[in-house]
Amino acid sequence: MKRTNTDDPAYFHKVVDCQWACPAHTNVPEYIRLIAQGRFTDAYMLNRESNVFPGILGRTCDRPCEPACRRGRLDGKPVAICRLKRVAADLKGEIGHLLPRAPEKKNGKRVACIGAGPASLTVANDLMPLGYEVVIFEKYDKPGGLMRSNIPSFRLPEHVLADETAAILDMGVDIRYNSPVTSMKDLLGHGLAGRFDAVFVGSGAPRGKNLDIPGRNDTDRIHLGIDWLESVAFNHIESIGEKVLIIGVGNTAMDCCRTSRRLGGKDIKVMARRPRAYFKASPWELEDAEEEGIEIVINHAPKRFVLENGVLKGMEFERLEWDAEAKKSRVIDTVIIPADDVILAIGQENSFPWIERDVGIDFDKWDMPAVDETTMQCSRPGVFFGGDAAWGPKNIIWAVAHGHAAAISVHNHCQGIPLTERPPDRMNLITQKMGISEWSYHNDYNPVARQKMKHVDLQRRFEELSLEVELGFDVEQTAREAQRCLNCDVETAFTAAKCIECDACVDICPLLCLTITRDGEEAEVRERLSAPAVNPEQALYASTPLPQTSRLMLKDEDLCVHCGLCAERCPTAAWDMQKFELLISYAGTAVTEPALAQV
Amino acid sequence: MPSIAKPIAVHPSLHRNAIGLNLRDYEGAMSTLCAGCGHDSITAALIRALWELSIEPHMIAKLSGIGCSSKTPTYFVNGAHGFNSAHGRMAAIATGANAANRELTYIGVSGDGDSLSIGLGHLCHAIRRNVKMLYVIENNGVYGLTKGQFSASADVGSKSKRGEANRMSPIDPAMLALSIGATFVARSFSGDKEQLVPILKAAIAHRGFALVDVISPCVTFNDHNGSTKSYLYTRKHMQRTTEADFVPPASEILATIGPSGTTTVTMHDGSVVRFSAVPKDYDPTDRRKVLNYLQENQSSIATGLLYVDETVANLHEMNGTPAAALWSLPYEKLCPGTAALRELQEDYR
Repeated sequence: MKRTNTDDPAYFHKVVDCQWACPAHTNVPEYIRLIAQGRFTDAYMLNRESNVFPGILGRTCDRPCEPACRRGRLDGKPVAICRLKRVAADLKGEIGHLLPRAPEKKNGKRVACIGAGPASLTVANDLMPLGYEVVIFEKYDKPGGLMRSNIPSFRLPEHVLADETAAILDMGVDIRYNSPVTSMKDLLGHGLAGRFDAVFVGSGAPRGKNLDIPGRNDTDRIHLGIDWLESVAFNHIESIGEKVLIIGVGNTAMDCCRTSRRLGGKDIKVMARRPRAYFKASPWELEDAEEEGIEIVINHAPKRFVLENGVLKGMEFERLEWDAEAKKSRVIDTVIIPADDVILAIGQENSFPWIERDVGIDFDKWDMPAVDETTMQCSRPGVFFGGDAAWGPKNIIWAVAHGHAAAISVHNHCQGIPLTERPPDRMNLITQKMGISEWSYHNDYNPVARQKMKHVDLQRRFEELSLEVELGFDVEQTAREAQRCLNCDVETAFTAAKCIECDACVDICPLLCLTITRDGEEAEVRERLSAPAVNPEQALYASTPLPQTSRLMLKDEDLCVHCGLCAERCPTAAWDMQKFELLISYAGTAVTEPALAQV
Repeated sequence: MPSIAKPIAVHPSLHRNAIGLNLRDYEGAMSTLCAGCGHDSITAALIRALWELSIEPHMIAKLSGIGCSSKTPTYFVNGAHGFNSAHGRMAAIATGANAANRELTYIGVSGDGDSLSIGLGHLCHAIRRNVKMLYVIENNGVYGLTKGQFSASADVGSKSKRGEANRMSPIDPAMLALSIGATFVARSFSGDKEQLVPILKAAIAHRGFALVDVISPCVTFNDHNGSTKSYLYTRKHMQRTTEADFVPPASEILATIGPSGTTTVTMHDGSVVRFSAVPKDYDPTDRRKVLNYLQENQSSIATGLLYVDETVANLHEMNGTPAAALWSLPYEKLCPGTAALRELQEDYR
């Protein structure tokens, strides 16, 4: 079978499931270790390197890392990575002196960013230290974009948002509030704002999808979810009726129903077309909503709004019965559910009325700009897209990842380097061996269960709209949760030439990951593993032939708990535990800069 | 000594045996032997064999004497009974234990020092009595616990770590056992579980005393060039004499007859040992032929289930003892009193 090439940083990177799954590739295990050591500031700064907004994301991230977490495959519950990130942000010390700074002397290049959301802010974060002059055009009078307008303050306190946006803007970003860009042609044509060397569009997906059914336009008590949340965020709306229906069951719906609960809603129902298994909302957001007394009603399809004398009275729904895969449905009957207000949260879409269609920016058949997935550039050189503006609604962490990628492109574009010549990711591998059976990481397995986040008492939390519901982990919870991490970045590194095939590693491995067996076709070799390889998504490491018998050392990466016992029981140090550090390249990382030598 | 106990995380798709236990339920404490010791591999093979046979842990008795090998019963089946005897006395203790309670599965683990030097006499008599037990000799040719002196199984010419050659002739436990009437003799290698596990299972199913000599390299004192019991030397000189499968009772035997012929031996408990390959003119049930074969092949390390004889009565059968363990007999029957003793003595006057 094919031998594994561990010189490619991608191999060990993929073993660190959380980091691999994270769009920004945050070094999760390392920051969890720093938290365990009480080094909260260091943990925060490590986070900030890749995800820029640890405090914000520690509360609101969509957490692609958690479903990927190896711990979840072992005891059913992943490490509470997101919550630990928040711990680092909450307990960090003074960081002002550690933040990136912009040089006095500028490099003479000007970059325009449209919208002050996470994507644009990330571009500014990466380019300001390189001497760029970054101008951000923001339509409101505060930064943050959808992080401010669409995430309720009881989930994301204002001061957290303010601190982390200020960390970037205070480098000297030229941010122009109340300045919506109304014409791309004007911006590109050296209009009022002057000449720009590059333009980054990070304007989000600001248009809520409408539900065009009878009665839609006959009352002002039907709201578009994201617009309504925005109005609440900017204090334009301060109350809602007692009976509220939310249409749709994504994360925006969750924010809408919980916000309604705080603005006077008493009887709030989230209306879903399909059964629970098909909800778009994250499980934890559903849980939080239900804890607050929100009712989630399944299998109801909106039919019409019911009005009496111009006053909204409720909505008529078709009750559906779905087949097993929830693909086909049958209408059982219709019901009318009373409502004072209805909020539509059935999705959002991009809208670029301000981009003229003759400026060289191609739009596809869905009226979306054609954007290159690697360079983030559209068909017009020097114009880049990122965040929700690029491919429709995703989430904050994707916007950050797009921002980093776009910043590299902007830098290359401005310096005359081809966009495809991107600085590669590199790695460090450093042995963790301190002595016989002694490691510089905590290798023991803690069977403790995932810690539960404490919430503000149900009675209290509705008294004030901006009262943060989640209280964060306390010290003991933090310590326990940090120990649940399996240190997947401390990799099992094998040197075939040293192996004497004594079987010690195979015998000691608690998860039966290792096998020494003769070579063959991979499908057939998989039949001979110590334990069945149940997860084809995970790599099967294969060594070069072993010296004494020419058999291969195989390792199924799936369930390895990185306890290091294989290396401890190895008499020849053929196995070693080496800490993998992914050296991610950002804008300005020199391509020629060599990685530190492998130790 | 490892820095941590083996993590309790269990592979979610690990199989369970007939009594609902998974492989890890047959583990013991963490080994304190040197990293890479062959003994740890034999421990792992024992764990697998006992798990595959679905033996209840509390129905197992582990016995040992003194030496590196004799530490290993601590490292498997936590739930079993155990007895760590004086040096070389394990065979005698096992004989006594077996006499009192014939219902347990007896696993004796010894080394070449414990069995072939100080305990040689006890070993021989346990073989003669055909005590029903598995007796494993973890054979590395040196006294590891006292820093590497030659043991009684060291080959002539084999070099110590310092370079001096052994000049005394070795005791081959397999040939010794055959010469004094052993009914089950096998040899294997710690680095070959594919062969070792079925041998251990057959040995446990055997009617009487089952001797399994396992070459088990000492990584610290006897794994160098010039040693005849190193991993490399054993791999180069090992000759799989017989290939045998163990088929538990009431299983279908799917015999594929190899070019060199197939022999099956039905064990006392109904299980079957199926020899899928044996050399021409070799008969694992013919003591003389096996002895000759071993004599003629001394330059290589002949491994496999070498000899088996299920027809010989064991200790209990020879002595006509009760069918159940002595503890289960009523006290009056076990100790019939002074009058009965007097009557017995009268018989001998």
